[in-house]
Amino acid sequence: MNPVKIIKNGIIDENPTFVQVIGMCPTLAVTSSAINGVGMGLSTTAVLICSNFVISLIRKIIPDSVRIPCYIVVIASFVTIVQMLLKGFVPTLDASLGVYIPLIVVNCLILARAEAYAGKNGPIASLFDGIGMGLGFTLALTVLGAVRELLGNGSLFNIAILPESCKTLLMILPPGAFITLAFLMVLVNLVRNRK
Amino acid sequence: MNLFVTLMAAIFVNNFIFSKFLGICPFLGVSKKVETAAGMGVAVIFVIALASAATWLVYNFVLVPMNLSYLYNIAFILIIASLVQFVEMFIKKSSPSLYQALGVYLPLITTNCAVLGVTVTNMESNFGFIKSLVNGVGAAVGFALAIILFAGVRERLERCPIPKPFQGFPITLITAGLMSIAFLGFSGML
Repeated sequence: MNPVKIIKNGIIDENPTFVQVIGMCPTLAVTSSAINGVGMGLSTTAVLICSNFVISLIRKIIPDSVRIPCYIVVIASFVTIVQMLLKGFVPTLDASLGVYIPLIVVNCLILARAEAYAGKNGPIASLFDGIGMGLGFTLALTVLGAVRELLGNGSLFNIAILPESCKTLLMILPPGAFITLAFLMVLVNLVRNRK
Repeated sequence: MNLFVTLMAAIFVNNFIFSKFLGICPFLGVSKKVETAAGMGVAVIFVIALASAATWLVYNFVLVPMNLSYLYNIAFILIIASLVQFVEMFIKKSSPSLYQALGVYLPLITTNCAVLGVTVTNMESNFGFIKSLVNGVGAAVGFALAIILFAGVRERLERCPIPKPFQGFPITLITAGLMSIAFLGFSGML
């Protein structure tokens, strides 16, 4: 087990957003600004690390036929904890992420890692897998949020950069999410094909 | 009249796919053919209608009186998972042909965030029982409409010469983006 390799695998080789294309709902929904992307990414990472660790610990106790409901209960418990922490300490972020925080439960990324990795590997390896995948997801959301915020609002992390006349409102509206992600994927494809 | 406005708003203005991004996974995964898209749409309408009713009853008659409302997320996802299982068994017994047509998509509805999304929205907006049901059915019809329209476009895309880096997900997302612009037009309707 090599922690650096597992983390790099999550961030680059099997990036959840650009390579595996899972967890699309929060990716598209909350990335109207870079800070929202970071917030959503880190919340998901926290849930993913905890759920991967716990699921890996109890993987030998759970009967195979009811493993999915068990995984979902573990994930839902951690999501509830994260939601309470956000409400308590960063209420503004909680308000801007809204309904998408409880919806981390049904983020396919978390269930997919539980099924594909944590259910088959030891707790420490699963912990690092959670860190890698979570950071890969956070990175993708931050890039997407930054591009949309820059083009749509002329700012980056709430600091104004572009003049008023350069703003394209469409980019922070829903269509902008689809189109920005499409072009980022084209870029990733071009880079991968060159290798 | 009020309920009619709720229904129309849920179908067109707040379309689950194009303005709220809920249920994107099945939307991208099951939209290659119009028939499977229609099957998925109908199954989702059915499950959401049942889930809206069941979660409203559990939230208002079990969780709130017992001061356990903070557990709503865990309760809702368990209700949805068991409902989907129940619907699966019911359809298997009563109509084997429909069961065959829906196939693997039925169990996947549990992780469709549209279902959990609708129930959480209903709970957070304090909708009454009938309004929750109408909002749920409207959102589900909006989902079905979007996925069927999208499948129609994708069937045609198969026969187009698409530049290599755009093949697969990018062109699908751009198509979805253009349809989303069209749906923005509904936002002034109500």
